[in-house]
Amino acid sequence: MFEIIENRMLVPNVHEMTVHAPDVAKSALPGQFVIFRSEEEGERIPLSLADWDVESGIITVVYLNVGRSTAKLATLKAGQALPTVVGPLGNPMEIDYYGAVLCVGGCYGIASIYPIARALKEAGNKVVCVLEARSSFLLYWQEKLSAVADRLIYLTRDGSRGKRGHVGNLAEILHALPMRIDRVILNGCNYLMMRGSQETLPLKIKTMVTLNTLMIDGTGMCGVCRVTVNSETKFACVDGPHFDGHQVDWAELTQRRKAYLQEEILALRTTRPL
Amino acid sequence: MEQPVKKGLDLNRRPMPKQPVEVRRRNFEEVALGYDAKLAMEEASRCIQCKKPGCVEKCPVEVDIPGFIQAIAEGDFERGVRILKAKNSLPSVCGRVCPQETQCEGGCALHRKAGQIAIGRLERFLGDWEAAQPDFMLPEVAPPTGKRVAVVGGGPAGLTVAGDLVKLGHEVTIFEALHKVGGVLVYGIPEFRLPKRIVEREVEYLRRLGVKMVTNYVVGKTRTVDSLLEEYDAVFVGSGAGLPWFSEMPGNNLNGVYSANEYLTRINLMRGYTFPLAPTPVKRHVRVAVIGGGNVAMDCARTALRMGAETTILYRRSREEMPARLEEIENAEEEGVIFRYLTLPVRCIGDERGWVKGLECIRMELGEPDASGRRSPLPVPGSEFFLPFDAVIHAIGNSPNPLIPQTTPGIEIGRKGNIVADPQTGKTTKPRVWAGGDVVTGAATVILAMGAGRRAARSIHEYLTNPGEW
Ligand SMILES: Cc1cc2nc3c(=O)[nH]c(=O)nc-3n(C[C@H](O)[C@H](O)[C@H](O)COP(=O)(O)OP(=O)(O)OC[C@H]3O[C@@H](n4cnc5c(N)ncnc54)[C@H](O)[C@@H]3O)c2cc1C
Ligand code: FES
Repeated sequence: MFEIIENRMLVPNVHEMTVHAPDVAKSALPGQFVIFRSEEEGERIPLSLADWDVESGIITVVYLNVGRSTAKLATLKAGQALPTVVGPLGNPMEIDYYGAVLCVGGCYGIASIYPIARALKEAGNKVVCVLEARSSFLLYWQEKLSAVADRLIYLTRDGSRGKRGHVGNLAEILHALPMRIDRVILNGCNYLMMRGSQETLPLKIKTMVTLNTLMIDGTGMCGVCRVTVNSETKFACVDGPHFDGHQVDWAELTQRRKAYLQEEILALRTTRPL
Repeated sequence: MEQPVKKGLDLNRRPMPKQPVEVRRRNFEEVALGYDAKLAMEEASRCIQCKKPGCVEKCPVEVDIPGFIQAIAEGDFERGVRILKAKNSLPSVCGRVCPQETQCEGGCALHRKAGQIAIGRLERFLGDWEAAQPDFMLPEVAPPTGKRVAVVGGGPAGLTVAGDLVKLGHEVTIFEALHKVGGVLVYGIPEFRLPKRIVEREVEYLRRLGVKMVTNYVVGKTRTVDSLLEEYDAVFVGSGAGLPWFSEMPGNNLNGVYSANEYLTRINLMRGYTFPLAPTPVKRHVRVAVIGGGNVAMDCARTALRMGAETTILYRRSREEMPARLEEIENAEEEGVIFRYLTLPVRCIGDERGWVKGLECIRMELGEPDASGRRSPLPVPGSEFFLPFDAVIHAIGNSPNPLIPQTTPGIEIGRKGNIVADPQTGKTTKPRVWAGGDVVTGAATVILAMGAGRRAARSIHEYLTNPGEW
């Protein structure tokens, strides 16, 4: 069992949980993920590792309360325990010296981009972070990110903070920057990553995305995480989750994500207490 | 060496009660109900106690079969259990899932007259009899040796190694990737063939013997084999063959197309058949195709049937060539699974929303026997046709997961991604690392995995008590 240290809502519907999982913390690298179960017999929920500390053995994840299983997760309190925390899974994000890197995070991706931005910075890159949200009150972790980024750009749909717009304005943002960006990293919902990749394609900037597929085991055993990248089938959990955004078959990914929409709604409609 | 079959023998194999077809095809309860004591003793009394028993010769772990059968015939079930468990630590499991027809029962002297003793059913009877006793019959455990062994993977191979070594006084820890120990026994083989409580009981037995179990631990990710070697005197890798194959055809990534592993894991390990009670979702499909002809295909088809779907098995050869156990084929047929032989799917066809709506198939005919002696199927040109399905399950095989091979320098890997190990000892090319089960042989059987585990345990014990050259 894995003890919950803290579980709180950061901004509406976005929660941060810290858990004692020393073996995961010891091996974690930027861009890897974990799988949680919130209860016995519970569903396996893949979540990006947003932070970890080897010494205390504590890992941090940020999750969106979107379905029955994450709703259950949100009800848990410090001192309670999770039956499953397994990881770190997947490959780490490729980190090297590229020059200037633009990291874009939206919704939970604001948190998952953090360890990547930190590692890129440590590797000597100039790091610009773009935080995207519907409105300013949905932004979080600004302090953490500003500590590792050379520059922070806010992008809100209603213009309540920073630039008014969304990821569809990425090309504009890139043009307006004083330096040339050598690599773009996108993290958030699949729409954000797809739309962002479309923006960088004509600019010929290498763009990495962290795919968010359905998963069960996370070890290459079931194949539900299949994606088509560069016309080849890959298992996102073991071959990814990071891929070149210009090579991903986004239409297929979007459809595959929706496979259990009806069942997810059904699970939410039950009146049984969580 | 075959015994002369005398006149006046009782050749009447006692049938095992089963749930009626009409009932069982709609539930996940166990199909076969097992012998009661009276039936077991009757069946055991038919054994002629051969001097050179052919059954033992064909048992991969050399159980003293006539010995435990004699004990049953005398009504001394406790002695029977002891004899059986001296060689096979998972009798309730093996009695249910071993291919007895080609092993022990195939070697029975009465086989020629089609009256072979139902050894599997008797084995199961003893295992279940023991399970029904108020407490475990725990064997003696040797005093602690101070040696530590890490076992990677909690399938039949790993469980066997752990059980054998803990009894010899070593400290054993199993590291399992999933949240439950048992391997294919818990995520693959369905409840109606092997109830999960039976596996849970065997696991509990090992726990009581002192085996430590760490679940949610992916060796190669959470920690490497090399790092385990710093803390443990020996490492056994029994990580199975969990990487699913998909037949090469367009449309495999449509929604509704599954690997057998995904389909079975959702339903067995995650208990999806109770959805929405258990939160892992499972689709209620109407018409399901299962591609393949092995035990895994039978399990998928019979599961899909129980989930309410009309289910068809598509196999490219004919019934005679199907690798599944006859008993499972017959069960599937009785329950109403449709079999289409000499049929090869060549394309998954999808609708506008990205869901599979059917398969384009081609008819096959059998050509000359190939190297394996099986007649190889050849497509009949121009015979393409369409079959409507809203789900397609690939049950055409698995290979070893590359996670450990990739993260363990110095371990030799075979052509098929398997770990190379000495068949007699389980030793790999990497000092202090042993391997066995499906990760070495490719997808095989429970009993072969257990046999490999037993031999590896012997070799590990030898090494730990008397370390020498690798
Ligand atoms: C659906 C199905 C039906 C079958 N039916 C039969 C049958 O009727 N009779 C029969 O004899 N055989 C049957 N088999 C085959 C049989 O189950 C296997 O041969 C047997 O389980 C192999 O045992 P194993 O211990 O080598 O591996 P497995 O049972 O595969 O166990 C391996 C374990 O290792 C774990 N693991 C993998 N990688 C790691 C890692 N990196 N770190 C930690 N843990 C890891 C896995 O999660 C798993 O629990 C069937 C198989 C399937 C899939
Ligand atoms: S999640 Fe099962 S193979 Fe990737």
